[in-house]
Parts: sequence; C-alpha cells; structure tokens
Amino acid sequence: MTNDVSPSVSSTAAPSGVEEMENELSKSIVFATKLDAIAAWGQRNSLWPLPYGTACCGIELMSVMGPKYDLARYGAEVVRFSPRQADMLIVAGTITEKMAPILVRIYQQMLEPKYVISMGACASSGGFYRAYHVLQGCDKVIPVDVYVPGCPPTPEAVLDGVMTLQKMIKDRAPRPWRDHWKSPYEINETTVPSSLTMQRIQR
Amino acid sequence: MSQIETLKKDILQKFGDTKMSLTTSRVGDHVLEISKETAPAVLRYLKEYAGFNFLMDVCAVDYPNREKRFDVVYHLYNMSEGTRLRVKAQVGDGETIETATKIWKGADWFEREAYDMFGVVFKGHANLRRILTHHQFVGHPLRKDYEADRQQHCTNVIPIHFNNTPEQAGDQLDSRFVPINIGPSHPAMHGTLRVMAELDGETVVRANCEIGYLHRCFEKMAETHPYNQVIPYTDRLNYCSAPMNNVGYCKAVERLLDVNIPPRAQAMRVVLCELSRIIDHIIAVGTGGVDLGALSAFFHLFTYREKVYNLFEKLCGARLTVSMTRVGGMAQDAPDGWFDDVLDFCKEMSDGIDEISKLMIDNKIFMKRTQGVCPISPENAIAWGYTGPLLRATGVGLDLRKSNPYYGYDGFNFNIPVGTNGDVYDRYLVRVEEMRQSISIIRQQCKNIPDGDFTIRDKNIVLPEKKDVYGNIEGLMNHFMLVIKGLRPAPGEVYDATEAANGELGFYLISDGSGNPYRLKVRPPCFAIYQSFPEVVKGAFLADAIATVASMNVIAGELDR
Repeated sequence: MTNDVSPSVSSTAAPSGVEEMENELSKSIVFATKLDAIAAWGQRNSLWPLPYGTACCGIELMSVMGPKYDLARYGAEVVRFSPRQADMLIVAGTITEKMAPILVRIYQQMLEPKYVISMGACASSGGFYRAYHVLQGCDKVIPVDVYVPGCPPTPEAVLDGVMTLQKMIKDRAPRPWRDHWKSPYEINETTVPSSLTMQRIQR
Repeated sequence: MSQIETLKKDILQKFGDTKMSLTTSRVGDHVLEISKETAPAVLRYLKEYAGFNFLMDVCAVDYPNREKRFDVVYHLYNMSEGTRLRVKAQVGDGETIETATKIWKGADWFEREAYDMFGVVFKGHANLRRILTHHQFVGHPLRKDYEADRQQHCTNVIPIHFNNTPEQAGDQLDSRFVPINIGPSHPAMHGTLRVMAELDGETVVRANCEIGYLHRCFEKMAETHPYNQVIPYTDRLNYCSAPMNNVGYCKAVERLLDVNIPPRAQAMRVVLCELSRIIDHIIAVGTGGVDLGALSAFFHLFTYREKVYNLFEKLCGARLTVSMTRVGGMAQDAPDGWFDDVLDFCKEMSDGIDEISKLMIDNKIFMKRTQGVCPISPENAIAWGYTGPLLRATGVGLDLRKSNPYYGYDGFNFNIPVGTNGDVYDRYLVRVEEMRQSISIIRQQCKNIPDGDFTIRDKNIVLPEKKDVYGNIEGLMNHFMLVIKGLRPAPGEVYDATEAANGELGFYLISDGSGNPYRLKVRPPCFAIYQSFPEVVKGAFLADAIATVASMNVIAGELDR
C-alpha cells in the first residue's frame, strides 16, 4: 500500500477512531488495521450500482449518472445490469404488483454484501399511487437500507442517499431488516407462514 | 361541417337504423351512436367510404345503473379532412361485441385493454387476455364497483407465451427454436418492457411483448381526484416530456369547460411543449445510441437536457415533473428574463444538434446498424395507428400542429420533416430534424411573447391570487368555495388531442357534473406503435429487434399508465 491510496473520503465528517487510524496508517508503509475496516473502506468506495429504473425516477437517475452530477465521484460509476456483478440495488420508480416477483428475484440473485436504495416516493411507499396495481413500497418485498424522498428526488438527494449508505457501511451499522428478511413468495413448510406470507398466498 | 352533414345522410340511408343517431356535442365533437350489432359494418363503411382511415382509440365506459352497462367508444380520424368522429355502442354486462381488429389491426391492444379493465368481451379477437394487470388478477378494475385501492398481489411471473395465430397456439413453444426472454429488467428494455422471442439462430421467428409492468392505474386515480389534482398524475405519463402531458390534459378540460386561455398562457405552453419535444427526442436519440453501443452521444446529449432542466427549475422549481399548467392557464408567470434564457439555450442547442448529427446520424456504424432495419410501409403504419415521428418516418406528413392547429401553431413558420423508408434510421433522422424545427418555433415565439395575464380569472375555475385570499373577504370566499366544491364542468364529454413528442396524445374526458372526472381515457401514442412490434421484427435479427424497440421510444409510463 502506497501513500497515494488514501482511504479517507470525507473531510467534513467528524473524524472517528477508525478514520483517524486510517489517516495515520495511510501515511506509513506498514499497515496494521482491522480487516473489517479495510473491507468496509473498499466496499463503500466501489459500490457497483444496479439501476432498477422503472419510471420517472429512472430518468432522474440518468441525470445522477450523467455528466453534471456524476455519481462516479463517489466511486459508484460502474453500472452493472447483471445482479451477479452489482452490490447496490437502486430501486428507482414505481414497483407494481406485476413487477414485485421480478424485483425479489433480482434481489435474491445479487451476491453479498448487497445494499438497497429506494429512490423516490413510489419505491418507498407507493407514493401518490394508492392504487389497485401498485405495491405500496418496495420494502414490502425486499429489505431497504436507505430511502430517498422526493417525486422524483433531485440528483443531490440521491447523492446524499449514496453517501448515507457509505456511512452505514463504514460504521458497520446493524441492519436488522436485512437479517430478518425472508422472500415473501417462498413457503417454508416446516414453519407456520407469517401472516404476510399467508395473506399473499391466499389472495 | 358539410362533410359531416353528407356523412349523416349517407349513413342513415345506408343502415337505416332507427336507433342510430349522429349528433354534434356541446363542445363540437361529432358523435355517432349505433347498436352493437351494426358496429362492424358501420366501422368498415366509415373506413372505406367516408375516409376515416385512423382508428385512434378504443375504450369502454362503465355506467353501472344503466340497462346496458358499458359504452364501447371508438375514436376515428380522417387524415385528409382533419375531422374526428366518435362512435359509441352500448354493450350489456356479459354480452359480446364484434372485434374491430379485422378492420384495423391497431384495435388489438386497445380491445385487450377494454377487456382487462372492464370485462367487455370482443368476439373474434384472437388474443383476448389481460394486458395491463397481472395474470393472477381477479375482476376488472375500472368498473365503478371496484375500489381504487383494492390491491391483489402477484406471486410469480407469467411464462413465455406468444400471440395465437390460426396455425399455432400462443402458449405452445416450438421445440425447433430457442425461446428467449428479454426483460423487464434488462438495459435494452428501458426498465419495464418485456420481449419474448423464439429464435432460429439469430433470426426472430416469433416475438411477443408483455406490458403492464408499470401499470399505475392512472385512469382510476383520475376518477378519484379533483380535476386540478389530476395534473401531477399526467406529468408521470410520459415523464421524458412531462409538460406536454400537462398541456394535453388541461387543453381537454378547458375545451369541456368551453374557455379560451389568454395569449400569454398559450405562448408559454408552446415554449414549454417545444422544449419538451427537444428533451424527449434527446432521450430517444441518446438511449437509441446506447442500445446500439454508442455511449458517448448519450452523455453529450444529456448536457443539453440538464440545461432544459435548469430552465424548468427557474420557471417553477421542479426539474422533471413540472406540473406547470393549471386548468385555465399557467400556475404562475415566467420570471423576468426567462424567455431570453430560452433564446440563449436555443443557440447552444442548435450547435449541439449539428454535433449530434455528426456523431450519430452521419456515423457509418450507426447507419449500418439502422438503415433498412425493420421498415414499415405507410399503409401498415396507418392500420396500426402510428402517429408522430414514426408515422412521419414512413413519409406520411401528419402533424396535428399543422392539420388541426392549436395555440397559434398555424402562425409559425416551420416544416414537417418526413422520411422515405420508415426504417429505424429514418426515425432518428426525423427526430433530429424535428428538434431543429422546434428550436425555430421557440425562437419565433420567444421574440414575440404577448403581454397580459397568464391565466383566466374565472372564480369558478381558477383559485384567486394569494394577496386576495389573505387581503379581502371575497377572495377568501372564492378560494374556500373552489377548494370545497371543486372545479365542476357541466356534464358532457370531449376528446382532445395534441401532438406530443411520440405522436397523438389524446384525452377522452367525461364529466358527470361532479368535482372528479367520471372517466378519463388517455390515448398514448406509443401504445398503438408498440403493439406492432411482433409483426415488425418478424424475420429480423435479434440485434435489430433491440434497435427497433429503441427507435419506437416506448415510454412505459404512458404505455402502461
């Protein structure tokens, strides 16, 4: 590890213990740190997004990737449409009932560690589509780490969402929604299905 | 008007049905009411002898308290005269009506939609299955007795299937060929389209598209919201050019109310529409390039899109979904100097278009990939209900801004670019040239912006200004009454169309005198275009099929609504 690979990304945030250590260590050639911290540093600065753009938010996501806002500045420019190669699923746009099983399958195909950003009102809660064919938030079927409000959110808000996720990875924030997640479409015959699963299957 | 009189005489003479009536409605729409038994014969007559060559829209309307519950409504358009005709037939619950697919191929998806939404059965339709809702859906959601928020969950994905043909059933796959599924989560499918194909090597033997992955129930939402609150929903139809949908919807409501908006509002709408047309074509050309592997043009073009976003932001604060129009005019006036900013943008953009022409249109690789690919003939295009750039690429010079001018489009000096072959290349050629024409229109308009108010001041239609609401009792009362009672057009119906970036964007609006629309049917341009996809790509290479989807510029928001 040479000097020019600085693990520090944020100058405004209050320096935490890990960051101080990283700064200190980056100046020396000898490297002694926790493996977790190194892994988190790598993960958060090379998030490969899978843009699941279904609607209007998808167009704003193009702006985020585009020349002016340039998500590449945050290390997340390697857009991968294959879930096997991506680790950040950006759900941008309305998820309908018809789309929900596909979204779940895409999420299941992603490899760990994987993160989900729900971009916009529709993906987060169904938005103003309180309607017969719209899933009332993609968190009904997959675990969401960061919600970005707006209809559609401004590109700045999406960048903020990505930075929030980076901070979560860095802090190794607990993600109980992810740990307790179970696919809503699988019936485990040894256990009694949860009420949600039951409801879904009956309908 | 004489043409309609002649038609009235001819048609009554020919069919001599006492139940038949041809009337002109309050707002000037011609309505022909017929019985469902005579529908196919009358429609065929109208097409072949009365010159109504376009079937623009087929939809149903539900009147639960009537003896025959449904109206099946056909909207026809006569291209040479520029006239429209609405044909209505009553169908009871459980009854059938003969399909119009044998007269116009383009009736296919529209009838499937009417079946899906209302349960109206079209006899003789080869593929009458659900189209927008998922395959596990029970019931018909646009019936008045279906609650807007009763969700039904979908638990699996419908397997690969095709359209039924006389020779072959749609759900039987042929073991000689390779079935392939593309999308809906696939970069070339723009997020929500799904194409299924059977391949013989690289050649597409059969193809089919499954839509509805973005069916957000726009029409049901419109029925449960007051007129002005529908405007934000219209933004999200074609989100690549949101202001055009606002304008189309407000224009329909204003026609139903029989009000004319002030010249300044008209001018602002024209500028907004043409700016939107440019940024819509930017997306179409840019993503078209991306689908063919040319990424740089997209990034380059997006710089210009950002500039238009800046203009919108300056005008109203929003970038993409502006909701800038109101029934009766605009939400607010343009800030000082805004039109000068637009003129500055025009200068940059016209240089930009020249660059893009060099990058893409004159690019040898692009030409090889698109010239002669999946062409469509003018007759076929009209039969499918093509409008907009795709129709013009086949050489048919139909543009509503010329044929049925509105908002002073007849006063501008601009041309309608047309193609010659109707192939993928011509579609891009037409779009790029349209961007130039739009810039010319904006320049003419911005140099001559009328003074005056940006909205009408009818207290039953438009909210009073904030200074009046807070400043005097009359303003406060007007505000209160309009918010509580809502905007209430007199009972009646209207079909109104504008030339959107993809073609004819029609709104069929029915008012029952209450504060919410009774029925609002959108005629999205790309719905009619995309239904021709299986036929157009038959026998082409798979890579050409991708190029064709991109060139059709299918926007899921307006396709699925």
